[in-house]
Amino acid sequence: MQGALRLAALDRAARRAGLVPGLTLADARARVPGLAVLDYDPAADAAFLEVVADDCDRWTPLVALDTPEGVPDGLMLDITGCAHLFGGEAALRTRLLAHLQRHGVSARAVIAGTPDAARALARSGQGGVVPPGGEAQAVAGLPVARLGVSAQIVTGLSRAGLKTIGDLAARPGTPLAARFGAELLTRLARTLGREDVRLVPRRPLPECIAERRFAEPIARTADIEATLALLIDDLALMLEARGAGGRAFEACFFRTDGAVRRLKIETARPLRDGVALARLWRERIEALADPLDPGFGFDLVRLGVLRAEKLTPAQVSLDGRAVEEEEVAALIDRLSVRLGRERVLRFLQRDTHDPDRASALVPAGGASLPAPPPSPEAPARPLTLFDPPQPVEALAEVPDGAPLRFRWRRVVHEVAHAEGPERLAPEWWRQPGAAPTRDYYRVENREGRRFWLFRAGLYEREAQAGAGAPRWFLHGLFP
Amino acid sequence: MDSIRDVAALRQMLAGLEAARLPGVEQSFCLGAAEPEVGGVRLARGALHEVQAAASADMPAATGFALALALRAERRGTAGERRPLLWVRQDMAEAEFGRLDAPGLAALGLDPARLILVRARDGAEALRAAGDAVRCVGLGALIIEIWGTPKALDLTATRRLALRAAASGVTSFLLHSTPQPAATAVATRWRVAPAASTPLESDAPGGPSFRATLLRHRGGEGGRPVEGGDWKLEWDHAACTFRDLDTLSRTVVPVPAGRPDRAATPEARRGAVVALRRTG
Repeated sequence: MQGALRLAALDRAARRAGLVPGLTLADARARVPGLAVLDYDPAADAAFLEVVADDCDRWTPLVALDTPEGVPDGLMLDITGCAHLFGGEAALRTRLLAHLQRHGVSARAVIAGTPDAARALARSGQGGVVPPGGEAQAVAGLPVARLGVSAQIVTGLSRAGLKTIGDLAARPGTPLAARFGAELLTRLARTLGREDVRLVPRRPLPECIAERRFAEPIARTADIEATLALLIDDLALMLEARGAGGRAFEACFFRTDGAVRRLKIETARPLRDGVALARLWRERIEALADPLDPGFGFDLVRLGVLRAEKLTPAQVSLDGRAVEEEEVAALIDRLSVRLGRERVLRFLQRDTHDPDRASALVPAGGASLPAPPPSPEAPARPLTLFDPPQPVEALAEVPDGAPLRFRWRRVVHEVAHAEGPERLAPEWWRQPGAAPTRDYYRVENREGRRFWLFRAGLYEREAQAGAGAPRWFLHGLFP
Repeated sequence: MDSIRDVAALRQMLAGLEAARLPGVEQSFCLGAAEPEVGGVRLARGALHEVQAAASADMPAATGFALALALRAERRGTAGERRPLLWVRQDMAEAEFGRLDAPGLAALGLDPARLILVRARDGAEALRAAGDAVRCVGLGALIIEIWGTPKALDLTATRRLALRAAASGVTSFLLHSTPQPAATAVATRWRVAPAASTPLESDAPGGPSFRATLLRHRGGEGGRPVEGGDWKLEWDHAACTFRDLDTLSRTVVPVPAGRPDRAATPEARRGAVVALRRTG
């Protein structure tokens, strides 16, 4: 039966008609002639599950994908401490199912003490809430395959006459472990609720969150801003109580149709000042290339602190220096949020002779590193550098004289003064490919314009094959 | 004679009043530290100054001049500490003249760690960022590098910048490569072209040299009229001051009138023996 088309998943009606996953398509068509079939697309299924998982963030921030057979096909929600917000576990389950149903998702949900117990029950087609401590009783009747152990072990167990989880639970553990391995016992303990296991959430857990739910979804910008302002105030209080300030914030906007929009801001310093935060968020929303589309409205807005750092109230010095530094940090934050972090930059100097690598630009919001002390005999360097260097046509003395005349951007420059060469070899420990040695010249033309030119390759020793003579490049401009 | 003394006294009094506005900060700066003042002109702190390149290709010189002016103008904190300097640069300027390089900034006397570089996509964005930055009292100086002639750069925009600069005390420099068609409300306007430098030993090009023309000066402090505002200046980064090359060349290095320019003829340079001397 190699290469046969098989059923991968079925809806409720198909199951009722007696079809099971794994059946070949020909058999299924023979039983149900009017069967509607769609191609199995695991990638699309996974993507859809991600969307549903995003939406499920509204119930608890701890949402994990359930991947029992390597393919995500379920969701795990850790609702510890969340259920009371929705009127208890049963009410939460009902609301969650109703919410999914509204968006055309049919789902089964089980609330149990451990993820494994809930998974075993839900995948057996059951639903409901398992009372605390009732897991062992609830799963007793399930087949051993629901433990999630390998097919080999399941076969072995059924040969030994152990068909249900209840059969296993009644046996002493040591002989089972000796025969089938320790993993079976671990799975058993987890499914029976004797041992708990933590979920690994899809998203990093915020340090603290504030949220607002709306019976009537909000859509107007003014409402959204007002909501954010309220949430910021809530967060500021929480952060103050911890003596911390946020370095990264995330706002989640949950649309009624299940789409979730997330926005992030990062700040240059720990921040909990409500006014400054509100201003940053306004900038962030204004700077969006694709505006915040409320659709039919947002029914939940959540603001979380992704990263917090210690923030002690600063003693304001008499000369106002701290205030000034704070002002500059606030300016950097504001510009970074509006233009993007990659557009507000600071220089990072590296200890290298390679002019291309000597300085790098890093986001100004990050931590600054101490610069290497400038050497007193540093050779002159141009104010601006071209990256990559611009090719020029140059006339120079052979083999290694300074350029006499060169043409750059269709203008011929006659060299009046020149200094060089300053010979810079490439960093061979970085680029194994043989980049040519560069002979740099600082030249001034008749009009007094100053340039930084180099000859790539040494004449006759490193000259590129085919080109004949070394080539010239303009690397920078002096004021 | 008396009237001159009166005017001098009045000027001192006014300077005292001005200085009282921001304690510990002089309200104006000059181009050089030496007496007499280089160029004989004083520029206002906490104002908007404009530096334009004489031609598009002279932009590197104008950039260097604006940075040098900013270094002269920046206010020190009370403990003498130096504040950060913010530079708003348009992406087009980067494509045309290359990216700013830290060693090059250090060569002009600016510690690169003090620079905050803001890259703007267009003129409107640059002006908006500058409008925010100019209000920040923690900055030492602000350079706004504009490419081309954006519509947003008009009298209103520059006037707003100038007013904010006056309120915060951040001296701001508007740097651009092409003369703006619209009128701008600036305290001074400079046109800058590179000047031939004084060659060092072994015919090496000298330090940053500029031919600076003062096109407009709105009185300035003291209100001294400026005559023939055209100077050849050299920037000395170690002393953080401009030197007047015209005076220097007249008094210090007299050049015989009829001497042929050796460097002018490539033939003369070819095969020439270059004398090298170990220094230091």
